Parts: sequence; structure tokens; C-alpha cells
Amino acid sequence: MTNGQNERREMTGAEMVVQALKDNGVKHVFGYPGGAVLPIYDEIFQQDEVEHILVRHEQGAGHAAEGYARSTGKAGVLLVTSGPGATNAVTPLQDALMDSIPLVCLTGQVPTSLIGSDAFQECDTVGITRPCTKHNWLVKDVNDLAATIHEAFHVATTGRPGPVVVDIPKDVQFAKGIYVPPQTAPRTSYQPKVQGDLEKVKAAVELMAGAKKPIIYSGGGVINSGPEASHLLRELVDLTGFPITSTLMGLGAYPASGKNWVGMLGMHGTYEANMAMHDCDVMICIGARFDDRITGRLNAFSPNSKKIHIDIDPSSINKNVHADIGILGDVGRVLEDLVRLWRATAKTDKKALYPWWEQIAKWRARDSLAYKMNSDVIMPQYAIQRLYALTKDMDTYITTEVGQHQMWAAQHYHFDKPNRWMTSGGLGTMGYGLPAALGVQIAHPDALVIDIAGDASVQMTMQEMSSAVQYEAPIKIFILNNQYMGMVRQWQQLLHGNRLSHSYTEAMPDFVKLAEAYGGHGIRCDKPDELDDAIREMISVKKPVLFDCRVATLANCFPMIPSGKAHNEMLLPDEATDEAVANAIDAKGRELV
Amino acid sequence: MNAQLQPTGSAYFIAKETEKPESHTLSVLVDNEPGVLARVIGLFSGRGYNIESLTVSETEHEKHLSRITIVTRGTPHVMEQIKHQLERIVPVHRVVDLTVRSHELGQERPLERELALVKVAGTGDARVEALRLADAFRASVIDANTEHFIFEITGKGSKLDQFIAIMKPLGLVEICRTGVAAMNRGPQGM
Repeated sequence: MTNGQNERREMTGAEMVVQALKDNGVKHVFGYPGGAVLPIYDEIFQQDEVEHILVRHEQGAGHAAEGYARSTGKAGVLLVTSGPGATNAVTPLQDALMDSIPLVCLTGQVPTSLIGSDAFQECDTVGITRPCTKHNWLVKDVNDLAATIHEAFHVATTGRPGPVVVDIPKDVQFAKGIYVPPQTAPRTSYQPKVQGDLEKVKAAVELMAGAKKPIIYSGGGVINSGPEASHLLRELVDLTGFPITSTLMGLGAYPASGKNWVGMLGMHGTYEANMAMHDCDVMICIGARFDDRITGRLNAFSPNSKKIHIDIDPSSINKNVHADIGILGDVGRVLEDLVRLWRATAKTDKKALYPWWEQIAKWRARDSLAYKMNSDVIMPQYAIQRLYALTKDMDTYITTEVGQHQMWAAQHYHFDKPNRWMTSGGLGTMGYGLPAALGVQIAHPDALVIDIAGDASVQMTMQEMSSAVQYEAPIKIFILNNQYMGMVRQWQQLLHGNRLSHSYTEAMPDFVKLAEAYGGHGIRCDKPDELDDAIREMISVKKPVLFDCRVATLANCFPMIPSGKAHNEMLLPDEATDEAVANAIDAKGRELV
Repeated sequence: MNAQLQPTGSAYFIAKETEKPESHTLSVLVDNEPGVLARVIGLFSGRGYNIESLTVSETEHEKHLSRITIVTRGTPHVMEQIKHQLERIVPVHRVVDLTVRSHELGQERPLERELALVKVAGTGDARVEALRLADAFRASVIDANTEHFIFEITGKGSKLDQFIAIMKPLGLVEICRTGVAAMNRGPQGM
């Protein structure tokens, strides 16, 4: 990775930054210049190994780096200036922390002599970002700079991945010091445990072998662990014949076309997935964290099951739900042992699972994702289904914003491969999808990258259309436009007597003209029978596209586990009358989010 | 089963705690670097855990190691969370729940000591009484003139509490306490 002449060479701090990026295999950096990072930008200008992507707002740089990281498995890198540059990056940092995305954020800082003096564009960057990073550093001595950046990459990408910040004062960027290449010896206090306890894996195999009603519940950890983990997960499912569901973050690790797939679980998951979670006798949680969107009411969560939990983060095990067998380790390594031991010791008696599969078939027959078709207006679910049908055979990556469209995308767009689905799960950041799509497209220039968006979310980071045009990144922004903040409205209907306080957008931009103003391509479609042609046009245009898909304005997202309810108390689409919606949540549930 | 496992600090969970909160003393070995104390304290405030006492100082200068002693309160489940959350902090080397460890060693509690400086001002009978009581508590006089004493007292927190309560009517002016320093009995290290 390093070449001889760069080892222990004297250079300026700014040179070190660029050299360290190269030595850590970085090809692209998303960023925005400013006073406190000018020396680094000057170095970037004088080389062409690391390509800099200029965004229009630092939040865009962060989400673009997240999309880049999520779709490649490598760390995403962003470079921003001090003060507002750093504070604008806070949202994507917290987003990456919650979804375990490896990000390295380099921030400029005022010169060390001015720190603490309320200087122009000064902020306490390490203080502000301490709770929203896995770790952060303020580098005060140029001789520590290279080692710190290398350590930052190591911390971001190993263990449970996450965002890190390296704050570099401007005088340190100018100062000369000795560059050290990446070293393999990490600090002694940071040693993530990757290999699972074999005794516990044995116990897990035993428990699984005796299961009558098992379910595998997998999450984003499988994807973070790398393609081999997804491969092993598929092998485990094939070997055991167990049904498998996944969290929002884990979609694609097991193929949606696989025969053991029961769909996504959780608040807007399928009926069969949630009922199977509720009634199972053995639950195998692999790289997921029993988030509240998944469990529903905790004290009614899967009451009669033994739970196996595989996770790399010890604080995730036993946090929300008691694990009967908690296996600490990297999902990929543990699955390797699990598959090997299963092959060696467990007899696969798939017949014993017949009654369970029959029960699941009954739940599946409930058809919980059904909706009423309409020949005059485009139903949002229909739009996603058509988008899927017309793009599934291409090299496609999907990002989303946050809201109803996100849930419809998760329900009706089906993923057969990992790293194809980029969404803001934990933090729920509206405005994530457009810049994330930019990041994905930069990493995969020939792929079809689509942001399934909502009309409200997409306006939060719309400015990055300009970046997409600049870098000829032909991202497709497929906006399900219902003129509402649909999920906000849905909750107001559920909780607040249908008083739709500020969830309707009175003034909506003309998305077609807006696309043209940015130098992109605009498409509008409001008729179901014209939708296919419009989608084909979107795919064929080699420019960034804003697709204004006018959908039924009042459609709601079902099925749904209302707050404070259990998995077996789902609100299904055919039962969701106005009255059922108004009474779905009791007084206690109202306090929840 | 799950009903007993209610996380803290989250609006999502409204079921009542069924486990009883108890006081635990944690020893945390950390790299002595800028911001490490802020990371530990930020974790407690950010996740809604309590800090009853906090003591920190460098203990191994050559290795740049500091030892933080935290007395906190929570259910056994919350205590397990606190321990794991602390272990996630990059410059944290080790976290030992001294209270749990002392139970494992067949002891009731870890050794805990605290030091306090107590300033008492007064004349006449009150002054004599203060000095007499200080003697009974084995507090030593480290500063005095005709109108005041400053006592130095070391012991368990409860002993310090009692001493301070007694000094109140005798002209107590100010108190400074170090917080708890603690370790387990026996030959083994943490």
C-alpha cells in the first residue's frame, strides 16, 4: 500500500492528510472547502490520485460518503471546514453512528493558538461530535497527524463500524513533520472481539436443532460483515430450512426471491414475519439489535421463544431483549462456525418444520401488503412495483429518504444482493437519499442508482442535484409526490384526531422545471397507464432526473404495528378503516414515538 | 421474561421497572488523554445513568493510564449496560464492577474510602465540642486559629456524612469531599 519513498518522509500536515488518504486506499473524498482547510485543498489540487467531489452543503457530503460506504463496504470520507462546516456534518455523523456506517470525517480547525478564543468559524468540534462518533481526535502536533488518521480509518472500519472525526487545526496543516505509514499495531485499549465463543455456538446449534418453530431474524450487521457473511447466511438458511426475516437495514443479505424469505419484520413489516416472530420457539438474531421499530411492545415481544443473539457489540446483547445465548463476535466468523458445526452435528429434519411452514403459509395468505388498485390515480405501492419490475434485471442500487415512501420501497422493492439498499434506518434522516445516491453513483459510475423519494424529504437536500449535474452522475430521483409529509399525516390520523397540523405542503415546486433549472431532466407522470413508459424514459436518460410521480394523496402505509402494541396486534390494510385508525393507539401508546 | 428488562432513559418503554436499583462502584482504567473524562461523563448523561460519585487521577504515569472510580445506581440489567457501554469507548482499557466482583469473592462490599476537608468556625463551648467530636471521629486538625478549625477526615462515605451532620450546629462553614476511591480486598489486581 505504501511506497518506499513516502515512509518516514518530512512533509507538511496538509501533505500528510492527502498521503494518508492514499495509503488507506481512498479514491474519493466528498467535501466543501473553507478557510480552515485551505492548505489541504491546495494539496488536493496538486494531485489526481484522490478525487474530490464538491457538494453544495456539508450534510450532503456526509450522506454521499455514507452511500459510498454502504454500497462498497469501504470507509466513506468527507472533508469539511471548521465551525459551520463541522456542525453541518453532525447529522450524517449521527446517522452513520446509528446505522454502523464507517465514515472518516476530516474537519479543519482554527489555529491551535486561537482555540478557545471564539475565533471566526471556531467551534468545539470534538466536543460537539463526541456523542455522535465512535471516536474523535483533535490533532495538536503535526507529528501525531499521520498516525492519528491511520488509527481513524482502523477504528471506523473494524469492530462495529462507525463514524470518526479528525479535527486538524490550520497551523498543523502548515507545519512540517515526519510522516509515518499505516501500522498494523493498534492501540491496546481497542481490540474488538471477532471470534465467537465456540461453546456458545455449540449450544446454539443444539437449541436450533431441537426447534419446532424457528425463525432467523437478520440485520445490517450481516451486510457490514461483508459479502462472505451474506453467503454464509444463505448457506445456513438452506441447511436448516428455517424461515428468515430481516430488519430494514438487513434487506438483501438473504435474497427476497429465496424460498425461505418471509419479508421484512417490524412496524411496517409483513404479517407473516411479525406473527412468526411472535409465535416462534427459537429466534436466531444475527447482526440486529432489537430496535423498538422491530420489537413493538417489549413485554409482549415473542413471549415463548429462546433467543440466540449474535452481535459484535457487547452492549447490544441483553440491551432491550434478554438473550438466552449471546454470542459476541463478528457475524461472518460466527456464521462460519455455526454452519460448520451444523453440518457436522445437526441432523436436518425439514419434515419436522412442515407444520410451522403451513402456519406461515396461512399468515402469508392474509396478503398483508395488499392495496386497492386504482385505474385513475397512481397508487404509491403500484409505482414501486412497476419501478421494481422495470429495473430488477439491471445493475440497480436503491436509496431512500424517510417516510411512507421508504416503507413502501422496503415492502415492494425486492433485494437479492447485499449493499444494494441504502436507507437511513436508525436516525430516520429526511434528506438522506439524494446525496446518498450521489455517493453510490460516484462509487459505481455505470450502475443504475435510484433514490425513491418523498416530496417533503427530497427538498431537504435538493441542492445536491447541482453536484450530480457537475459530476455527470445520472442519479434518478423517483419522487412519490402526495403533497403531504405522508408519515407525519398518518400519525396525526392515528394519534391526533385527524388534525393535520402543518403536514401539508401548500407550495410545492414544479419538480420538472426545477430539474431543468439544475441542468438535469424532469419527468412528470400522474396516470397509471403512462407510468411504465415514463419509468423507461427515466432509465434511458443519461442525466440526473427528477421524476415527479403524482400518487394518491391520502394513501397510508400498512400493515402497521401501532405504538405500544405487540407483533400479533397488527393493523392490516383491509381492516384499517377510518375508525380503526382513529382508535388504534390507546392513551399509553400516545406517549411513544 | 422480557418485562424485567426495561432500558433506561428511553421514551419508548413505559413498562415499570421490576428490578430494584442498587448502588455499584465501578473502576475504569483509561488512557490518560484529552477528553477521556468527557467521554465517560457524556456517556452517563447521554444515556440517562446516574453518577453519585466520581474520582479520577493518573495512576500509572509511564503508561499514561488513569483510573476513574464511579459510584452509580441502577438495576442489575442497567449496570450490565453501563459496563458494556463504557467498554465501547476507544481509550477505555478495562471496566470492573467492584461491587459485583466483591460478591464473587464472597465479600459484602469493595473497600471504599473518601477524604473530606471540613471547615468549622466558632468560639466557646461549640468550639470545644467540635474538637472533641473530631477526635472521636479520628479527624485531624490541619489548620486552625482562635476562631476556626479545618479538619481532615478519611473513611467510608457514611462516616463522613455523619461527621458533617454533627458539625452543622457547631459552626460548619464549608466542606470539600474527594469522592470515593475503591478497590477489592485480596491479593489480585483489577
